[in-house]
Amino acid sequence: MAYRLNLMVCAGTGCVANRSLEVRDALEKELERRGLQNEVEVVTTGCNGFCGAGPLMVVHPDGIFYQQLSPKDIPHLVEEHFLKGRPVQKLMYVPPEEPAPIPKMSDIPFFRGQRLIALRNRGLIDPERIEEYIARDGYAALAKALAEMTPADIMEQVRISGLRGRGGAGFPAASKWEATRKVSAEPRYVVCNGDEGDPGAFMDRSIVESDPHSVIEGMIIGAKAIGARWGVVYIRNEYPLALQRLNIALDQAREYGLLGDDILGTGFDFDISVSRGAGAFVCGEATALVAAVEGRLGEPRARPPRLAESGLWGKPTCLNNVETWANVPPIILRGGPWFASIGTERSKGTKVFSLVGKVKNTGLVEVPMGMTLREIIYDIGGGIPGGKRFKAVQTGGPSGGCIPDTLIDLPVDFESLTEAGSMMGSGGMVVMDDDTCMVDVARYFLAFTQDESCGKCTPCREGTKLMLDILAKITEGHGTMEDLDTLERVAKVVAEASLCGLGTSAPNPVLTTMRYFREEYLAHIQAHKCPAHVCRELNTYRIDPEICVQHGHGCGVCKRECPEKAIFGEKNQPHRIDMSLCRKCGVCVDVCHFNAVIVE
Amino acid sequence: MPKLKLEDLAEVRERARKATMLREGAGRVKVTVHMGTCGIAAGARKIMEAALREVEERNLLDVIVATSGCAGLCSREPMATVEVVGEAPVKYVDLTEAKMKAIIAGHVVGGQAVQEYALAVGSERVL
Repeated sequence: MAYRLNLMVCAGTGCVANRSLEVRDALEKELERRGLQNEVEVVTTGCNGFCGAGPLMVVHPDGIFYQQLSPKDIPHLVEEHFLKGRPVQKLMYVPPEEPAPIPKMSDIPFFRGQRLIALRNRGLIDPERIEEYIARDGYAALAKALAEMTPADIMEQVRISGLRGRGGAGFPAASKWEATRKVSAEPRYVVCNGDEGDPGAFMDRSIVESDPHSVIEGMIIGAKAIGARWGVVYIRNEYPLALQRLNIALDQAREYGLLGDDILGTGFDFDISVSRGAGAFVCGEATALVAAVEGRLGEPRARPPRLAESGLWGKPTCLNNVETWANVPPIILRGGPWFASIGTERSKGTKVFSLVGKVKNTGLVEVPMGMTLREIIYDIGGGIPGGKRFKAVQTGGPSGGCIPDTLIDLPVDFESLTEAGSMMGSGGMVVMDDDTCMVDVARYFLAFTQDESCGKCTPCREGTKLMLDILAKITEGHGTMEDLDTLERVAKVVAEASLCGLGTSAPNPVLTTMRYFREEYLAHIQAHKCPAHVCRELNTYRIDPEICVQHGHGCGVCKRECPEKAIFGEKNQPHRIDMSLCRKCGVCVDVCHFNAVIVE
Repeated sequence: MPKLKLEDLAEVRERARKATMLREGAGRVKVTVHMGTCGIAAGARKIMEAALREVEERNLLDVIVATSGCAGLCSREPMATVEVVGEAPVKYVDLTEAKMKAIIAGHVVGGQAVQEYALAVGSERVL
């Protein structure tokens, strides 16, 4: 019997962590109890994108969006909506500061502003069923490429499309493909970089989790264009769900004759193996990645020779990242000019961002290139929670930079971000509000790159350590004006003299925060103050005697919780902190119910 | 699963589309079976199952079967509304499985409303 309803339950890593699989099991059980299992199909999908509202479910054909589901909601939901046809309002999304819920997914601002190309199938298919990918024109581009196009035709469409690498540097994909094709050595390889390591970034993981076949199809088409017989997907072992779905997809593709010998009966042979990364950030760098696949120490090497000349096993290799490969099938199916019609003059198509930090709608978004930061953060992201003020956005991960509020109308494309001192990177976007200390942010990202520096070249190994020490000194209130100059000088040397992208971009968070938030550095150094009250060493704590007595009646919670016994006072009397004993841990602030502890 | 050839892919796609068509959200025809308490008591479940079975057997890819609450005329349940895109909705009353089958054949496939089972054409004015 045909189904009348499809329940698309999100099973991306975020929703699974919020127990969406328990919700799914409860649904299946309740549907069976009501005898609806033959009318209503439950589909497990990849990441839907609106991770902040999970666990999520979308009900088709009407597109009703349910959020924050728990197993206890299910009996009522099944009876009301799936049996009686009355959608349940209290489980729908209610925009902040609005009275009424928005029933339909397509009407919710978070989704409305997005345009999906790389994520075209997210939430619409079960990633573990190849038939569902095929139903949505999956492998149609491959059939077209193999039957109707020469390698040169494929390359031409990719060139016209203007597709640029989504992994960081934004190198034109077609140039890379052509360079690999031109080298006469055999065999040639295609590689997919799935070693996404930026803190707060999960674009590639979500693509593989929600639509692994889009990456596989892109790689086969690329292999045809380049003349490769073998491909490798390098994926982080920390992504177990993505890895599992990728392996299932590869098996299904082989079973269907879409990988292996004589693909679709056209005589083209190609297969893909999976190589698992072990969590070294530097292995996202192309030459280090190749070394890791070969089983060598994951260290970058000098270029030239480029990978196109001497890559995997010393052979011509074309490496693109997950999102780049996922963009290839629609380009072939709809043509290069279609793709080139989206985006800006030099940045074509769309870009996936993971929108995180101090923003209401946390999640994964795909938008046309050239959309402004304001549109992404306010229209799609819903703005800053808690009535706080937007301060900066960090793009491009630890190698990127912090863009201040004055540049909120900056269009997001490769060129504009680089001009602002940041970069597109792989697409991480961390939003910050007034409670964020920019010196501390620079210290945080430097601590990450310093830890992940492989140590091969001195400027990166020693320089990041030196910068980190200076930043730590400043956040502890011991910085001098001379330190600022040293910081800037070291940053320039590290950027200039390091071998790979990790070192050349590691100073970006320092340089951009010094460029746009110099007054915060000065406050730390000259006034010994942290304007955001983040750097605890610089804070002083006092208790407002009036609030303490009038509202709290000298309740004594702070006195009881203080690990240093630095708070004194009797019940119904104002309490006070002895700063000579205080270790500035901040517990008193956290435990006071009346906000009587003032941080200065 | 035998390995696919170029010419097989389109066939696999058409077959798979049957399973995923609902998610596109728009069909040519929407058949809504009214499933308030009154409808369910009068046997609306059987009517809906008949509609789904008929859609399956006739291999209708552009027909969506949906449910909704009570339509307000409880004495004439089970009821169903057939909406063809671009035409006024037609409400059918006092349904049986056989009548539902005939409506699918006559109205959904044939394009002609089945007058003898129909209550009215059009809907109440809302707001």
